[in-house]
Amino acid sequence: MATDTYTRIEDSAAGQKLAGPVGWLDDRLGLAAAGKKNLRKVFPEHWSFMLGEIALWSFVVLLLTGVFLTLWFVPSMAEVTYRGSYAPLYGIDMSEAYATTLNISFEVRGGLLIRQIHHWAAAMFIAAMFAHMLRVYFTGAYRKPREINWLIGVGLLGLGTIAGFSGYSLPDDLLSGTGLRFVNGLVRSIPLVGSYIEFFVFGGEFPGTMIIPRLYMAHILLIPAILLGLIGAHMLLLVYHKHTQWPGPGRTNDNVVGYPMLPVYMAKAGGFFFVVFGFLALMGALIQINPVWVYGPYNPAEVTAGSQPDWYMGWVEGAVRVMPALESTFFNRTWTWSVFMPGVLLMGVLFTALGLWPFIERWITGDDREHHLLERPRNAPVRTALGAAAISVYLVFLIGGGNDIIAIKFGMSLNAITWFVRIGIIVVPIIVFMVTKRICIALQRKDNADLTHGYETGVIDRSPSGGYAERHAPLPDGDQFALTSARERLPQLESEKPAATDEGGVRNPKFRKQSLRHKAREFYFDGSVDKPTSHEMDHAAEHLEGAGEHPVAQGEDFKGISHWGVPGDHEDH
Amino acid sequence: MTDELDLKAHDPIGDPGLPEHQWRPQDVDPKQEKRTERHIAGMLGAAALLFVGFCVAYFAIPIDAVVFKTGATVGWSAQNFAFGMTLGGGLLLIGIAIIQWAKKLMGDHEIVELRHAAGSEKDDIDAVLDDINAGIEESGIARRPLIRNSLLGAMAALGLPAIVLLRDMGPLPHGHTNTVWKKGMRVVNDVSGKPIKPSDLEVGQLVNAQPAVFFETDEHGQHLYHGAELHAAKAKAAAIVVRMRPEDITPSAGRANWGVDGILCYSKICTHVGCPISLWEQQTHHLLCPCHQSTFDLADNGKVIFGPAGRALPQLPISVDSEGYLVAVSDFPEIVTPSYPELARDQKKLDKKFGGNN
Repeated sequence: MATDTYTRIEDSAAGQKLAGPVGWLDDRLGLAAAGKKNLRKVFPEHWSFMLGEIALWSFVVLLLTGVFLTLWFVPSMAEVTYRGSYAPLYGIDMSEAYATTLNISFEVRGGLLIRQIHHWAAAMFIAAMFAHMLRVYFTGAYRKPREINWLIGVGLLGLGTIAGFSGYSLPDDLLSGTGLRFVNGLVRSIPLVGSYIEFFVFGGEFPGTMIIPRLYMAHILLIPAILLGLIGAHMLLLVYHKHTQWPGPGRTNDNVVGYPMLPVYMAKAGGFFFVVFGFLALMGALIQINPVWVYGPYNPAEVTAGSQPDWYMGWVEGAVRVMPALESTFFNRTWTWSVFMPGVLLMGVLFTALGLWPFIERWITGDDREHHLLERPRNAPVRTALGAAAISVYLVFLIGGGNDIIAIKFGMSLNAITWFVRIGIIVVPIIVFMVTKRICIALQRKDNADLTHGYETGVIDRSPSGGYAERHAPLPDGDQFALTSARERLPQLESEKPAATDEGGVRNPKFRKQSLRHKAREFYFDGSVDKPTSHEMDHAAEHLEGAGEHPVAQGEDFKGISHWGVPGDHEDH
Repeated sequence: MTDELDLKAHDPIGDPGLPEHQWRPQDVDPKQEKRTERHIAGMLGAAALLFVGFCVAYFAIPIDAVVFKTGATVGWSAQNFAFGMTLGGGLLLIGIAIIQWAKKLMGDHEIVELRHAAGSEKDDIDAVLDDINAGIEESGIARRPLIRNSLLGAMAALGLPAIVLLRDMGPLPHGHTNTVWKKGMRVVNDVSGKPIKPSDLEVGQLVNAQPAVFFETDEHGQHLYHGAELHAAKAKAAAIVVRMRPEDITPSAGRANWGVDGILCYSKICTHVGCPISLWEQQTHHLLCPCHQSTFDLADNGKVIFGPAGRALPQLPISVDSEGYLVAVSDFPEIVTPSYPELARDQKKLDKKFGGNN
């Protein structure tokens, strides 16, 4: 833009010099054939598509800062006497892992910053994955053909959580040791084989000397390698399927509209890496995280009040806290339900449910088409309500995980909070489900009203008899299209009700399965409002004809009120 | 399908097509374009300066220098602050500059790309099926079940060494039923290591205690227990000593003589997942675990009165020795540490050993 004429790269001076080496590479790698399809690949634009990117770049920051930390950290539980510069712990016996963590924080210049960036990046990584997953869920982006990418995403979330846990257990301070003690209790609660797994994982009696070296291996090699592989597969599938997009004029299920990879997305996504890294570096500079020197070395006979895991384990912690005591004995064995159910089973159930959801929904809707247009949450009321209910379960458990802190800060009874969570975990999601579903349906009706009766212009007409009425005008064509094109037609539920016997009285062998599915469909589509038919829209157009004109001449600038309720020029849309 | 349904399936609104391209100020005003260019270059230049500043700070700021020290607060590490602000600021500026470049100066004409079904074309499927069939046919795997089955058998057997190799990850479970406590071992203060006399304790007082063996030394002056061994022993033997009014205590059968004048000794290790318990409510005799809030009534044999713990807090029978210090009468008659599958079996063995005390 700055220069007037563009010289093609192969004709430029630099290009001619590079032609040889690039040709050499192409002869061996076939670069041009690989780049042909992908260099100008189109990506659609929307702020919510950035959430996954935050997770991706946080992971890259984790790899970079993590490598730095490994240069000094020694994952050993051997006892050493601290001789470093942090005076309050001078001369105290501690594990080498803890001593080297202190060394990184106090002796290595920039070590504390990198440690804090690493921890903040881990929190950001998991938070961004959560947000990204919610975006994908609430817009139905996991539907065919993207179910496998959803499964990979569920795997990434689970592994990311384990990576975070294994990471904050490494410094072997009092808090992380307490976390390991909890895991020890969790592992041994597994029915029948618990003690064996415990002794194999810890290499003997708790705490032993093996758990930190083993966690270190998992944390810096095993889990990152799997994460890297899964992220690669996640991105490849994204490129293969092409990104989903929001419906709009010119944006349909058969195309993808946006900016090309080279140069726009390369610059935007590449630039965004620096934004994420920069933001995390500022957090590392300004907000303290995990000050391990305050906690002191691990001692199995000590604990600090208000011990909390990192936030993403908080909901499991809450479930463990509010679970009523339940332990039974049969077959001469102890079954520790009060630890096993919330600590092990609950997470298993959650991740299984997450993984299965796209398949369950498809079984209900019977929808076998590919979906590349995102759905507004309101247009799938039951999906949205289930998602909101799941979030409420998470939040209620999180309250349980912080029951001691809440009790102190708000001067409340700890036992009352625990009971609130015990009851709330059943009642709150049901209420949230019902309320969310009604809100979705109300919003669907509102969309239909805007489509068939026009939007409110803000222009008030007075009739000769003295009555006042607000004038409505049709939505712009593009908006009408965006509101209707991605909305699915509702099925004719009454006509598909399965019969126990056919006309001839022969028993329908699949009746039970069919009626189960029919009930699921009735539940899923209950209350949903269909989008207007062409007939209704024709009718509406007739009805609204001429509504845009004003009977009295306004000033030249006056252009009514936009359908967003903003006075001004709605030709801008 | 009826006509009516056909009409219903039809989309009510046709696609009006992509809206017209909107020109940006930079596209139409060369001055604005120049200004944007300068802004972006300015940000990149500032980033470079910040990175140089980082290096200056690295060598110029002493490691123990502190900023923002007010009154009693320790203040912030000057290095951490300077490094983070220069590095983070520079990175942010680079990121913002590149994104501004993309948004304001790079071409902004939207491109339409068509999608194709994710599944393969029929021709491709047929060609692949031909190849697979040729492969199966030529390998003869279907015709030679002997090779196929022995191959499967060999592969399955390969799994055995893979599993067996993991055997040495740890020893078999052991040590659940005993701690280092034994008859006559003194109960000592966990910080000072001093033995405790009943007269040291007032009613309502709680003392964190350890078995005396943790403070004993060998002939070279070395502690008998240290490192991981000490941790493992402590994780089971940590105890608390409390003094309550004797009339408040309701010992269950066989426990009447487990204390000394209202002084009782309990395990400090929560039976839930093993946190050390230490939040003591003097008035109610309740002991609360700070991890998951299991609450035990120490006046009532350590019974669980709230929270997720499944078993009462094990009690250590104590008496006084000839010098008047508190000592253990035996090891814990109940299993300390969180529940595990063999607990029921192991507890029965313990009960036999202690002659069915409880």
